Amino acid sequence: MIVAERKPIEEIIEQVKDVRSLLVLGCNECVTVCEAGGKKEVGVLASALRMVFLQQAREVNVGERTLERQCDTEYLEELRDAIDQYDAVVSLACGVGIQFTAEKYPSKPVYPGVNTSFMGATQERGVWVERCQGCGGCILARTGAVCPVARCAKRLFNGPCGGSTDGKCEISKDVDCAWQLIINRLKALNRLQDYETLAPIKDWSTDRAGGPRKVVREDLRS
Amino acid sequence: MNPNTPSKLEKILRAGHLAVTSECGPPRGSDAAHIVHKAELIKNHVDAINITDNQTSVCRLCSLAACIRLKLMGLEPVLQMVVRDRNRIALQSDILGAASFDIHNVLCLSGDHQRFGDSAQGQNVFDLDSMQLIQTVRRMRDEGKFLGGDAIGRPPRMFVGAAANPFADPFEIRVPRLAKKAAAGAEFIQTQCIYNIEKFERWMEGVRERGLHERVFILAGVTPLKSAGMARYMKTKVPGMDVPDEVVKRMAGTPKDKQAEEGITICVESIQRLKDVKGVAGFHIMAIEWEERVPGIVERAGLYPRPALN
Repeated sequence: MIVAERKPIEEIIEQVKDVRSLLVLGCNECVTVCEAGGKKEVGVLASALRMVFLQQAREVNVGERTLERQCDTEYLEELRDAIDQYDAVVSLACGVGIQFTAEKYPSKPVYPGVNTSFMGATQERGVWVERCQGCGGCILARTGAVCPVARCAKRLFNGPCGGSTDGKCEISKDVDCAWQLIINRLKALNRLQDYETLAPIKDWSTDRAGGPRKVVREDLRS
Repeated sequence: MNPNTPSKLEKILRAGHLAVTSECGPPRGSDAAHIVHKAELIKNHVDAINITDNQTSVCRLCSLAACIRLKLMGLEPVLQMVVRDRNRIALQSDILGAASFDIHNVLCLSGDHQRFGDSAQGQNVFDLDSMQLIQTVRRMRDEGKFLGGDAIGRPPRMFVGAAANPFADPFEIRVPRLAKKAAAGAEFIQTQCIYNIEKFERWMEGVRERGLHERVFILAGVTPLKSAGMARYMKTKVPGMDVPDEVVKRMAGTPKDKQAEEGITICVESIQRLKDVKGVAGFHIMAIEWEERVPGIVERAGLYPRPALN
């Protein structure tokens, strides 16, 4: 899933300091799972904003709504009748949902209520970890299904570097060395000999480096 | 064996001499006198001088410009290049820039993560990794081609080096990793600072078992300790550094005003002991901001005078 973190409320208040009505818009997908932008967080943020506006003696109408998905124009269509009641939208969806909402309603200001962090998963309650950077050229077959692009601080294809200590990365004792994990996996798979195969130079053109990306399936287009 | 390049360092190693290299860190400013002065201190006692590349991710005068300074002094620089800060365009371009000044040695490194330096909020590049940089320089030199495939006019003629850290984890992968660097095309290796000689010897056993010491020249890295505080810092704060307790104790047990001398003595003793390790082809003396002590170490270790080449 896409993992996001709630923005500090001060930053959100600054973004909406001139509005007289706003819609806090949640998303029922990833941000609900990572507890940053689902229905519950919409309620919490809306209440907090109402308190702030009350303290500021400002009359601001704060609406709440959570869509099934903000990254889907069909669900965004459900806002059509309500959107004109608001000066602005604070979206608690990921960066994709925020932009799709803005694209759907071109004259409506849409502000981010979260920082979109990474593609990852829940490790334990309250802890989310990164697993993929969407580089567009998956090499997990070679690395025992541990990704050095997402998990090595230097994204080395032929690691580990000289900073790997007791299974941890040189940047922090709280970060696992991806290459230690890769070696552990290769050993468990009885494939340690594969370690010595030199990884070819990466084609980054499928990554962010190649510009905005698009997947087109002609067979599915109508 | 005939040398592959005009490198003086390569000639000395291929002639079977124990090579001696050292390194200088460029200044945090543009005063060239700084690097010239450091080089003057050590030039008669070493065969080649590494110039570090924004080491520990602290921004400094660039390695290439400092290497050019040394070259203009008639010295033999080793251009350190980290892949942290430059993509394949910039790396290849800088290699050509160095080659245009007939800089004949390069050391291919990953580079410390920027988190350690003065630009922790900066982006890193890591377009290639250090193995792939080794391959890139070899391709440029041996095939006369850019990574993109086009021909290079006057290809670089560089003796290609890499680092090895026998003390990082996991230990079992440290010999295979050297084998990988050799396969990638590394011709010489400068190791991480050696304090744990037993562990280094164990690593070298594995290196010899696979005959890697006959494929790459291994220069044993040493760094003199200035104080007990430095020993403790290296032990606990520097990732991938292995300073045994007895070394820390020996420094701490020495009166403060004599600790620097004791550090030099430990360094000299280490070199003496490492000379007996089969497969060690020379020494890389990293005297951090202590270049003036390099000549004394080289002399006391019996590595002076340096061989003259005809």
